[in-house]
Amino acid sequence: MKLSRLCCAVFISGVALVTFAQAETTAPEDVQIQALSINKPLTNNAGDPANGKAVFVNRKLGNCLACHANSDLKDQLFHGEVGPSLDGVAQRWTDAQLRTILVNAKAVFTEQTVMPAFYSLDVGANVRKDLIGKTILEAQDIEDLVAYLSTLK
Amino acid sequence: MHVMNKKALLTAAFASLSTLAVASPVDDVLIIDEEIEMTTRVESVEGHPIPEVISGWHYRTPETRALEADSFANPGMLGVETGESIWHTVEGTAGKSCASCHNDATVSMKGVGANYPKWDEKNQRPKNIEAQINHCRVENMGAEPYAFDKGGQKPLTAYIKHQSLGMPVEIDLEEGDMQAWWEKGKETYYLRTGQLNLSCASCHEKNHGNYIRADHLSQGNVNGFPTYRLKQNKLISLHNRFRGCIRDTRAEYPAAFSDVLMGLEVYTTWRGTGLAVETPAVRQ
Ligand code: HEC
Ligand code: HEC
Repeated sequence: MKLSRLCCAVFISGVALVTFAQAETTAPEDVQIQALSINKPLTNNAGDPANGKAVFVNRKLGNCLACHANSDLKDQLFHGEVGPSLDGVAQRWTDAQLRTILVNAKAVFTEQTVMPAFYSLDVGANVRKDLIGKTILEAQDIEDLVAYLSTLK
Repeated sequence: MHVMNKKALLTAAFASLSTLAVASPVDDVLIIDEEIEMTTRVESVEGHPIPEVISGWHYRTPETRALEADSFANPGMLGVETGESIWHTVEGTAGKSCASCHNDATVSMKGVGANYPKWDEKNQRPKNIEAQINHCRVENMGAEPYAFDKGGQKPLTAYIKHQSLGMPVEIDLEEGDMQAWWEKGKETYYLRTGQLNLSCASCHEKNHGNYIRADHLSQGNVNGFPTYRLKQNKLISLHNRFRGCIRDTRAEYPAAFSDVLMGLEVYTTWRGTGLAVETPAVRQ
């Protein structure tokens, strides 16, 4: 996906280098966490809160509602109770901290947290074969989620 | 900033405490056919991490609970009836049925299901009811063993366990190497698996009483198996349930009756010690 976008960029324009920079994403193993924060966004594309909201709800993607209630999504049935309500979450955490919670919640809470790591290869045993080496979400999904969560004031 | 994080964590803790109070298991009593009073809550055995063991029945809707309380309404009872007819059916080269050796199951099988898994001396591993049925089919009837979840395995297991309806679950860990299998099962119970990195304990020990999306999490007790699942409209075996829960963590799941799942059956059965056998329980 990323690769094909790059190839197109090379063929179509003379500004291939600029396009290269735009499509850059940080691989899961290269993410730097400092004092609970990931300061550098994982991609160069600004997060899209509308898509973040969709990822939050989608059972095949974030499925965040499985564990978290969120009054902003009152139209959705079934809000989970395994984690805290995310109402006002942007007042409790900075964007850089929210990014860390999503990338690998263990880095912010404890090793025991039940919240999955959405952009990390620090996962459980016996991972389903077709998912080995894959993260739950893509880098851009994380940025979109951060953008969405930062609207929950 | 640091102080703020602490505060956020505290808020989080309070939020989940208050939801716990709302979503905790319902206060209700299970009496089957207005006759058999079932132990659905009991003080746990020594060494158990949760002080009170609670049947999955308490976490279900009023409609689902009512179905289990009435054996005419309980759709799992059809499976039990099928099991009864299999009990009397001659199969295999020896020309025998279960009844040829064990006569009336309401007498000979009473209490049996409540004390399984038991130690299998010959095979040096624990055996569950399914394994014992296959043992009898092969050794005593000259019939083929049932494949997992196939043939009469689920109904016959349900019929046998149903003969212990209302009796307390209790297994003997002193027999053979049962204790070692209990240890293995415990490891499996706490092993975090899959891309979602969850263990049985993540859902059934830390979060029983909480909703995970539309599902009200119970303690994952095994006293009602095979259970009738309304979602699937059929009897569901215990090892099928184990595999489903493991699959939901996005992990590869072990084979039914493998060492890993037999250990888990020993360990989870022990966790439910003292609960009444509910087979066939009704679940969503
Ligand atoms: C399987 C359960 C589970 C899932 C799925 C889950 N979380 Fe969490 N989350 C938790 C728990 C539990 C906590 C509280 C920290 C702890 O106790 O370890 C938490 C904490 C958080 C926090 C901090 C909340 C606060 O108020 O301090 C945020 C933000 C968050 N999660 C966002 C998300 C988002 C966004 C998703 C989906 C992409 C998600 N979570 C999916 C269980 C989950
Ligand atoms: C992601 C969450 C999750 C994990 C992890 C999980 N389960 Fe479950 N389990 C459920 C849900 C949801 C149900 C259905 C509601 C209920 O009874 O709790 C369920 C039901 C069960 C039941 C049926 C309970 C009854 O009363 O009929 C058993 C037994 C069970 N789980 C055992 C296990 C074991 C053993 C493991 C670990 C190998 C496990 N579960 C891991 C979510 C989970």
